[in-house]
Amino acid sequence: MEGISIWSNLGLVYALLGAAVAVFLAGAGSAIGVGIAGQAAAGVVTEDPSKFGQVLVMQLLPGTQGLYGLLIGFITLSKVGIIGGGAAQLDPQTGLLILAACLPIGIVGLISGKYQGMTSAASIGIIAKRPDQFGKAMLFPAMVETYAILALLISFLAVSGVQV
Amino acid sequence: MSEQYTYAVARIRALEVSLFSKSGIDQLMACQTYDQCLQLLAEKGWGDTETGLNAEAMLSREEEKIWEIVKELHIPMETFNVLSYPKLFHNLKAAIKEVCTEEMERHIFYDDVSIPGDEMLAIVKEKEFDRLPKEMQEAAGEAYESLLHTRDGQMCDVIIDRAALEAIKKAGREAKDAIIRDYAESTVAVADIKIAVRSAKTAKSLDFMNRAMAECDSLSVSQLAKAALGGMDAVREYLQGTEYTEGADALAESPSAFERWCDNRIIQTISPQKYKAFGIGPVVAYVIARQNEIKTVRIILSGKQNGLSDESIRERVREMYV
Repeated sequence: MEGISIWSNLGLVYALLGAAVAVFLAGAGSAIGVGIAGQAAAGVVTEDPSKFGQVLVMQLLPGTQGLYGLLIGFITLSKVGIIGGGAAQLDPQTGLLILAACLPIGIVGLISGKYQGMTSAASIGIIAKRPDQFGKAMLFPAMVETYAILALLISFLAVSGVQV
Repeated sequence: MSEQYTYAVARIRALEVSLFSKSGIDQLMACQTYDQCLQLLAEKGWGDTETGLNAEAMLSREEEKIWEIVKELHIPMETFNVLSYPKLFHNLKAAIKEVCTEEMERHIFYDDVSIPGDEMLAIVKEKEFDRLPKEMQEAAGEAYESLLHTRDGQMCDVIIDRAALEAIKKAGREAKDAIIRDYAESTVAVADIKIAVRSAKTAKSLDFMNRAMAECDSLSVSQLAKAALGGMDAVREYLQGTEYTEGADALAESPSAFERWCDNRIIQTISPQKYKAFGIGPVVAYVIARQNEIKTVRIILSGKQNGLSDESIRERVREMYV
């Protein structure tokens, strides 16, 4: 990347911004979600340490959005050649297309991460009272995951489909 | 923030498992003797090593445990003002009576409130009412003067009880959380109905009722007081037209059924909190549920100790939260 001016390769800047958005927003969503679920998990374990294993699974569920964002960020960096080769010369239009392709997992990751965390916290309440209903309790936060997966799919197809 | 108190609510959910359910109460009722009841409570973790099988110590310890948990959750105690006001105002009442009448042995103070007995006594002795919370100051001065000059203990009670109801109502109105508002409204309305019922039975005047009752949104105090002048049937008739219809039915059944309905009404008010995952509501509901549980256990123990029939005890047993 030596000698490349930002202004002469604005397309690459946009593409990098896309990767950053995917990782930053989806990662933030997961951090918020895991944080919320973690507080609930800590509350239950304070009174009943035997439920640690079950509540830990619940806490981890909102962590996937961050992984999806990381995956899209990685694919984007690989596509524009920052990983595994020299950085490609991109025109601004292509860079913006890549940025747009990264938005679904970024935005949906942020929102779904937070709400999955809240649903996990509520489901941890089920485990606190009815540990035998673990399977059903896990389904509620898992439903939120659907929309993160859909956003991941679209971001993946879109980033892969942009011709560099 | 909607996700506030996440830790607290999850911890409360775990604690709710050990609350007495209806079947737990049935198990306690099935105990043949008073001692067996105490043994069952001890097995369930009631009391501690120091309380042993002493019922009063055990129940007091359980009350203390509630507030220990609330403190551990780092929730500001002001949130629970609606729950602590009755005890706080009771301390004021007891202190005024002790200072004005110099009868020291009769009055019992609560020490698990912001102003415990000794401090309250010192405030009343020195007439430093400005050290009391704002809601208590005026009533404290009025009740003190009234008792000192008229020696009318009932009037002292009326002044302080009304101030307590108004403080609860005010705390409810200022609360951000719906459960505290609903609890305050329910508590004041039920207290007004109790005053009306007692007034109807003892033929109190309209003026007395107006002094004793506090305004609330779900009842018209003036209509309730007028109904009480007409007797118990008129009170029942008035309640039929309000959201407290079941209270009227309970009144028709028996005085103890009415008392039970009053407590059950509060439990019904807090019941939706069982399904909330966030907010202060489930914590407040847990505190009320625990107090209700302790009260119910006290009723059962007292019934067993005095040899009351199971039917008679069951008539007094309150609805459980879980």
